Amino acid sequence: MTRFEPSACGGLRVALANVEVMLRWSGAMWLEGERTLIVADLHFEKGSSYAARFGQMLPPYDTRETLDRLDREIAQLAPERLIFLGDSFHDGQGETRLATDDYRRLEGLAVGRELIWAVGNHDSDGPQSLPGDVIDEANIAGLVLRHEPLAGAQPGEVAGHLHPAAKVSSGRATVRRRCFVTDGARIVLPAFGAYTGGLNVLDKAFSNLFEGPVMAGALGPRRVHAVGAKSLRPD
Amino acid sequence: MLEKARAGRGALLIAPTGGGKTLAGFLPSLIELAERPPRNAPAGVHTIYISPLKALAVDVERNLLTPIREMGLPIVAESRTGDTGESRKARQRVRPPDILLTTPEQLALFCAWEGAREYFSDLSCVIIDEAHAIWPSKRGDLLALGLARLQQFAPRMRRVGLSATVDDPDLVRKWLGVTQNPPPEGRDLSIDLVLGSGGAQPVVEVLVSGGRVPWAGHTAEHAMAEVYEIIKGSKTALVFVNTRFQAEFAFQRLWELNDEGLPIALHHGSLSAEQRRKVEAAMARGELRAVVCTSTLDMGIDWGDVDLVIQLAAPKGASRMVQRIGRANHRLDEPSRALFVPASRFEMLECRAAADAILENHLDGEPPRIGALDVLAQHVMGCACSEPFKLTDLYDEVRSAGPYADLNWEDFEAVVDFVSTGGYALRTYDKFRRIVQTADGLWTARNAQARQQHRMNVGAIISPATINIRIGGGRKPVGGRKIGEAEEGYFEQLTPGDTFVFAGQVWRYNNLVGADAFVSPAPNDDPKMPSWGGSKFPLSTYLAGRVRQMMHDEREWSALPGDVQGWLSWQKTRSAIPTEGEMLLETFPRGKRFHMVCYPFDGRLAHTTLAMLLTRRLDRLGVGPLGFVCNDYALNLWSLRPMDELDLDALFAQDMLGDDLEAWLDESFMMKRSFKHCALIAGLIERRHPGAEKSGRQVTFSTDLIYDVLRKHQPDHLMLRCARFDAATGLLDITRLGDMLTRVKGCIRHVALDRVSPFAVPMMLEIGRERAPGDAAGEMILAEAEEDLIAEARP
Repeated sequence: MTRFEPSACGGLRVALANVEVMLRWSGAMWLEGERTLIVADLHFEKGSSYAARFGQMLPPYDTRETLDRLDREIAQLAPERLIFLGDSFHDGQGETRLATDDYRRLEGLAVGRELIWAVGNHDSDGPQSLPGDVIDEANIAGLVLRHEPLAGAQPGEVAGHLHPAAKVSSGRATVRRRCFVTDGARIVLPAFGAYTGGLNVLDKAFSNLFEGPVMAGALGPRRVHAVGAKSLRPD
Repeated sequence: MLEKARAGRGALLIAPTGGGKTLAGFLPSLIELAERPPRNAPAGVHTIYISPLKALAVDVERNLLTPIREMGLPIVAESRTGDTGESRKARQRVRPPDILLTTPEQLALFCAWEGAREYFSDLSCVIIDEAHAIWPSKRGDLLALGLARLQQFAPRMRRVGLSATVDDPDLVRKWLGVTQNPPPEGRDLSIDLVLGSGGAQPVVEVLVSGGRVPWAGHTAEHAMAEVYEIIKGSKTALVFVNTRFQAEFAFQRLWELNDEGLPIALHHGSLSAEQRRKVEAAMARGELRAVVCTSTLDMGIDWGDVDLVIQLAAPKGASRMVQRIGRANHRLDEPSRALFVPASRFEMLECRAAADAILENHLDGEPPRIGALDVLAQHVMGCACSEPFKLTDLYDEVRSAGPYADLNWEDFEAVVDFVSTGGYALRTYDKFRRIVQTADGLWTARNAQARQQHRMNVGAIISPATINIRIGGGRKPVGGRKIGEAEEGYFEQLTPGDTFVFAGQVWRYNNLVGADAFVSPAPNDDPKMPSWGGSKFPLSTYLAGRVRQMMHDEREWSALPGDVQGWLSWQKTRSAIPTEGEMLLETFPRGKRFHMVCYPFDGRLAHTTLAMLLTRRLDRLGVGPLGFVCNDYALNLWSLRPMDELDLDALFAQDMLGDDLEAWLDESFMMKRSFKHCALIAGLIERRHPGAEKSGRQVTFSTDLIYDVLRKHQPDHLMLRCARFDAATGLLDITRLGDMLTRVKGCIRHVALDRVSPFAVPMMLEIGRERAPGDAAGEMILAEAEEDLIAEARP
């Protein structure tokens, strides 16, 4: 069973492969000792990707909304290292479509701190001109950080890619939220981007990842709720 | 009608059902076509007939072909709907029929055709059937814009509307006619009114089953045995209910009582089209004794054999009820018979009021229609797909349509900009424009892809995203037979393993795969009933006024059953009966809580909005509001601390429609829903995408996310304006709430009681009946789940 403890900040302190990590209600993961903030699946410029590919004019404000969320986390935690865990852009051309001020804000994130772009399936080359290091995976504080979770036992793996969401029912009412999902050995982070949806954690895409009973950390407006496997419902 | 046609005048024919309206509409066209001299060139379409129902267009085609054949007229009449085969559609394109029978959505598609102008240049008449049902809606907006377009193609085109009796024919005339701009060739294109002779007065009765009316409820379960007996005693009965759930419920109860195996069928919008057609066909052959149905049978095909219309639970509006009663006995000389079955005491008052209103021929009034801008956006895109347009010309054309007569240039420009670039302050999409300007300044669709996308997304009917209900599932979720559809949210109430009623049978819900819900028959299980919402139609303002008056005027009480009379006089002694101008408000303690129940009679939507806003205020006053329930008649709020001493005039002050409303509205589920509808109609998000494939794993990207982002970064965007407007007029009934707050200002009759009053009893029984999870409720569910987990972890 995953050890967890609610924190005063609304987050959930979890022991992940014996490393203490903080799950933030923003959907980010915080490694206090390393002063490292990790966010997955930002999908920057997802809105404009629809306009470019299909002529569908979704509001183009998703990038700045995601940046706003990121700024709030940075203001509170002052990380020295910021890790984007893949699918940071929705497509390979996303970087070229950034509005000028959004581009500047992204540049600014690398000022005074280390910025790391792990590549994902949507952005397999990483950014072309934005600052920061492009990597496939990273080893930090005994944890392995990569975009797509690998099959089989992977103790200490931190991944994204799957956009986990938890559905919980009580009597007649049901609530569905983005969530962290972990068995105490590895974890999948929720998608952080403003236009990202969620996949139910009971979907078979998750089934070969976890060995122990899973716990979901469902995101609420000001806190993360720990939800046990028994309370999870399929869609 | 012939006279009007010879004079080249448009006409609105108002006549009750059974008056031969449809034929009267067609007669001038048939004569013109029959007398038409032979021509060398093939003629274009002469008359377009538009019906709100696909099935009706096909039915009228059949009815029209008979006289054409019998009289040997050289006239081709053909229908074209969404169900028409591709080869027939292609042939119609090359060889237009003389008379084309179709739907508003098809007309919108015609408007987007390349070459539409030429195709319709011979058009001389457009007939709109069931005009009363179309005009006050977004479909009506789209149709009015389509008519304005056709008028450009064929300046001598006449417009003919066919309508059932309406409260204010001038509103329908304005909608149907050409407004404002001088018409081409200086002709007067206004619409003349033609009134058909009235039919016999209907006979309307209110059923008091076993001499009693229940305190509360929505299903009229208590009266089912008697309803069954009445069905037995009539030839064919239509049993109308207000929601699909009520239909399933009534159908099941009637079959439990159906020892004689009478052929009783079910008809509602969620059943598969095939099943509905079967029921309609059996009905037309006279094989059925009763059909339990929802508004799906409010209009359409005539069945001569229906001799009784039963309305289970209150009718909510007099006009709709007149339509429903009109379904019985389509002969003018015989009265239609109708029976109201109230499900509760307040409904008893409402049924009585409706019956009186129908006898006095008082119908519910509609406000004048203001054309929706999301619909206009769709039309502008359609025009750009058809041929390049000049901005000022299109502006004039649009304003010639009744609902858009007052459209200002700024809004029009904003709509065109929206169509082109999405209308965002951040001009990122200027390079991806959907419509572009040609060298000579005309606007046209960007390319073939943009045209095709538009054509796949035409229409102003938004059916909620639906889930197919299929037999199958369990370990092997392979596609079984489809038994119908349910709204997306329906299965969220159910957990796999739960049982529910659909199409008159009990099913077990197995699992959901993509857009398919798999179920298996569970005939022996006791179904878990979903929460019973009341009617989806709000109580009409007119009926509400009548109920208030009836309650106050004791002379009217004698028409009511004994237990309802007793209930009223008991209320009079225990609390108070408000006068017509007053709003009664009661406060009393019960258990550990304090209740406030008030009775505005303004419909559930307006009451819910009011309750949300009052809750915010009570929270600020430190009263500790805990919850509320609403129905069409009253609302009931409860709190931790007493509310007897509150300044009620301040609590109900109209300024609650200011900041409080804005703050709440933007967060509300209703607003998100109306945003989604507007975004779909305007083409911001798409119903269908050419070549788009569903990804294997469903990562849903909901419009709620788009809404949240847009609201934060451009709160004055056109789509948010549209959504707010719709929410204010429709889903939240803010207009009506505003009228109510004005009405009750200084007229709140407060009675502080030491216990529950007779009127409040039904409102106490509503508690626990339904509660949609808001954000706070969602947090509670998660917190409970967390407690469970902690308990589990405890040694």
